[in-house]
Amino acid sequence: MEALKEELKNKIITTLNLEDIAIEDIADNDPLFGDGLGLDSIDALELIVILDKDYGIKLVDPKEGKSIFQSIETMAAYISANRTK
Amino acid sequence: MKKTYINGVGCISAQKTFDTVFLEEAVYNQNETILSVLAPVYKDFITPTAIRRMAKGVKNGIVASALALKDARLENVDAIITGTGLGCIEDSEKFLKNILDNNEEFLTPTSFIQSTHNTVGAQIALSLQCKGYNFTYVNGAVSFESAILDAKMQIEENEANSILVGGIDENGDYTTSLFKLAGRIKQDGEQPYDVLNPTSTGTVFGEGASFFVLENEKKDTTYAQILDVEIKNTLEENEIETEIITFLNANNLQISDVDAVVFGLNGNITFDSYYTSLAENAFAKTPQLYYKHLSGEYDTASAFALWMASKVIRTQEIPEIIKVNSVEKPAYNTILLYNQLNGKNHSFTLLSK
Repeated sequence: MEALKEELKNKIITTLNLEDIAIEDIADNDPLFGDGLGLDSIDALELIVILDKDYGIKLVDPKEGKSIFQSIETMAAYISANRTK
Repeated sequence: MKKTYINGVGCISAQKTFDTVFLEEAVYNQNETILSVLAPVYKDFITPTAIRRMAKGVKNGIVASALALKDARLENVDAIITGTGLGCIEDSEKFLKNILDNNEEFLTPTSFIQSTHNTVGAQIALSLQCKGYNFTYVNGAVSFESAILDAKMQIEENEANSILVGGIDENGDYTTSLFKLAGRIKQDGEQPYDVLNPTSTGTVFGEGASFFVLENEKKDTTYAQILDVEIKNTLEENEIETEIITFLNANNLQISDVDAVVFGLNGNITFDSYYTSLAENAFAKTPQLYYKHLSGEYDTASAFALWMASKVIRTQEIPEIIKVNSVEKPAYNTILLYNQLNGKNHSFTLLSK
């Protein structure tokens, strides 16, 4: 699980071009949207593609996204439970 | 009919064209086939949240437009008009590569939304909250002149009092590799790439963003008046001189009235004769300037020329590095710009003090 969290932080920094942010700046429970990392709706689409492309998870219900993408912790938990690759 | 004045300029190019007076730090690089912009500190102009999605063309456009506005002492304008040949080609390449690499699946939106040709104009409008006329011209090597022509007509017809006009292009790795294969860019290993004494076809490529605040009144910040702009898509080499004379006559001028002429010489032996025959004959007694050895060739490189000509009129000085000949004039009040690319898309722009 720790390795997956590290991997997700890396992917988020690279994919979303968070130039000034390092892995250690993102705490596992920091909110990804709003006050935390400050991600927005376009970033949400990028995260959905990461889930699909890298972990074989297709989000069918967009409402699910809100709880899945709350933090690195919630994302990692969802991926661990649902990944197909 | 209102007159059109250049009241502010901003330029990001392969040279240090910001935080300098006028090309005093310019370097003539004869060893590279592709020149890249000398990047400003983007974060001084764009918020970190916005900057992370922007390709360099968008960033350069935003910074150049901000510099032009600051130079004109304006905070906003009535309209934004841009010209670009290839648009945001870096993101276009990224998006197309994603389609191919992922077999048309897993397409992310970021590079797609940033890949359109009007991204720069849109991002500037967003940052200024300018809800006025916003248009982008994509007309090859006359993209920038089309934008200037539109702006000039808008000002003349009282449609707008102040307009931000710019020319932007960026290098994309894949596109430039194709241009090299096609011979549009000079081959490696043929250095020095001397623009005035070329020995091969193709050009040294470049990128940049130059913006201008055009207004309908003369101010303390005024550089020059844009007297006229003309675009001719096709012209034979032997028709150029007559065309220029007709253009000048339409503005009640003769060749002898031109204090300096700016040629778009790009070191391509196949097409530079369009300029050299003028340089040796009609304009032999006129100070001649060139610029693509500093900016590189790209569809909107002529915007760099307009920046340069504006600076000449403002400073009344011509830096040695842009002189083609040694002819001098006591004053530089009327400047003609002539550009073409590969024998097509000819443009004439006339400035006066």
